[in-house]
Amino acid sequence: MLIKKPTYHDDILPSEITPRDLYRRRREFLKQAAALGLAGTMLPQSVRAQTAAPVIEQGKLAKLAGRASPLSAKDKLTPHKDVVTYNNYYEFGTDKHQPAQYAHRLRSRPWSVAIEGEVKNKGPIDIEDLLKLAPMEERIYRMRCVEGWSMVIPWVGYSFAELVKRVQPTARAKYVAFTTALQPDTMIGLRLPVLEWPYVEGLRMDEAMHPLTLLCFGLYGEVLPGQNGAPVRLVVPWKYGFKSIKSIDKITFMESMPKTSWNVSAAHEYGFYSNVNPAVDHPRWSQATERRIGEDGFFTPKRKTLMFNGYAEQVAGLYKGMDLKKFY
Amino acid sequence: MAWLPGSRQISAIKAAVFAFALLPFLRLAWGAFSGGLGTNPIETLTRDTGWWCLFMLLATLALTPLRKLAGLHWVLRMRRMLGLYAFFYGALHFTTFIWFDHWFDLMEMFKDVIKRPFITVGFIAFIIMLPLALTSTNAMVRRLGGRNWQRLHRLVYLVPVLGVLHYWWLVKADVREPLIFGALLALLLGLRLWWRLRDRRPGLAQPSVR
Repeated sequence: MLIKKPTYHDDILPSEITPRDLYRRRREFLKQAAALGLAGTMLPQSVRAQTAAPVIEQGKLAKLAGRASPLSAKDKLTPHKDVVTYNNYYEFGTDKHQPAQYAHRLRSRPWSVAIEGEVKNKGPIDIEDLLKLAPMEERIYRMRCVEGWSMVIPWVGYSFAELVKRVQPTARAKYVAFTTALQPDTMIGLRLPVLEWPYVEGLRMDEAMHPLTLLCFGLYGEVLPGQNGAPVRLVVPWKYGFKSIKSIDKITFMESMPKTSWNVSAAHEYGFYSNVNPAVDHPRWSQATERRIGEDGFFTPKRKTLMFNGYAEQVAGLYKGMDLKKFY
Repeated sequence: MAWLPGSRQISAIKAAVFAFALLPFLRLAWGAFSGGLGTNPIETLTRDTGWWCLFMLLATLALTPLRKLAGLHWVLRMRRMLGLYAFFYGALHFTTFIWFDHWFDLMEMFKDVIKRPFITVGFIAFIIMLPLALTSTNAMVRRLGGRNWQRLHRLVYLVPVLGVLHYWWLVKADVREPLIFGALLALLLGLRLWWRLRDRRPGLAQPSVR
């Protein structure tokens, strides 16, 4: 009996063969991803918190200085360690300790941000150019998570308005949509359909132009670590944390209100505006109080949440005449 | 033939189960004391005590299937202890709620209970566990009479159902863990339902006595 030998290996170019170490790395990655699928669950949190996170120590990342800003809050800073180990970045897992564990994989170079939509100067801007676009400032902001905890973080960046001025949106631009990069090979959280990927957030044009709205590149005097949204993110301090989108690779100026990820996931719980508002509860929990990470412990009650996270004086005017119970 | 431990062995097993079931508490207590509960220790305490309460409830419910399927009759002797552990972790969970979330303000707490369905079901589950824990002693079994006692303690099936619902309604988007708890619970309750229906069918042999 004659069996014809398969000859397909003849037409595989040597360049097409996956190098062994890449192959191994991929296997390793798949193993970890598989582990994440279940190992992220059915473990008590105390165990997860302990097994988690090679902590990025301060001083390990590239320096990024910024001059002090009058817009900075006077609150006591949340320790660096807490800021870089307790993160919501679902692309790297839904557990708050997972991003610190996995986000160092994020490829933050080369990086560019696409400018699209209703804007004169379309096209990609390289991250190096973005870094030089305006002088860096250090802005100490309160950050209030929709889950009821808060931090105080010294961000480094400049007002997003600086970028808007350069790219010149047309008269039709009423909103700005921001998109987080999609890196399926580094973002192990993407395999879980917990949210619609890529993550999208948005602002009304006047919110985007507000001087407090920060295009952010660093924290604590260094470039952003992966888990905090390297290499460039948004910080909107008077809104719940999920509005401050991480690792932006696309900015789209739009005439209509963009569909944002959490709003798509549960519209009755996460509105487009999502301003911090102690008088409007999340349907499932109160937003009247919050716990400041690193400060409010076992023997101090939660502190009262402030209207617009304490930025009412600067931003309340943006919402004049709006029913904030309706436009939550 | 299934293994049949003697009474001294039973005591040893009980002591071991007691110690193991206490470990999570010791770990949390030590963590709270030494700063080993992560960035948001209160969240860790709250979530873990609830997690272990559900775990103990499922462990309690797993004993009867274990007896029937593996013929390990003696495991039922662990049932009261595991049930009381479920109550113990449930009580700790409730304590974190009234202490850390409401700073012992009962009025505010009750407002929360009424207003928020996930808290409502969690609270009801805890309230149901109270009489079960209080009537768990031998003396109470005698006082109530076996039949009444048993009727009362059937309520235990309701508690993890409410518990899973409580967890399900709490999570933001990632429902994997409540789903797994729910699936295990469905299995444990489904087995009971299946046995009931099977044994009730007329003309079939009585369940075999092992």
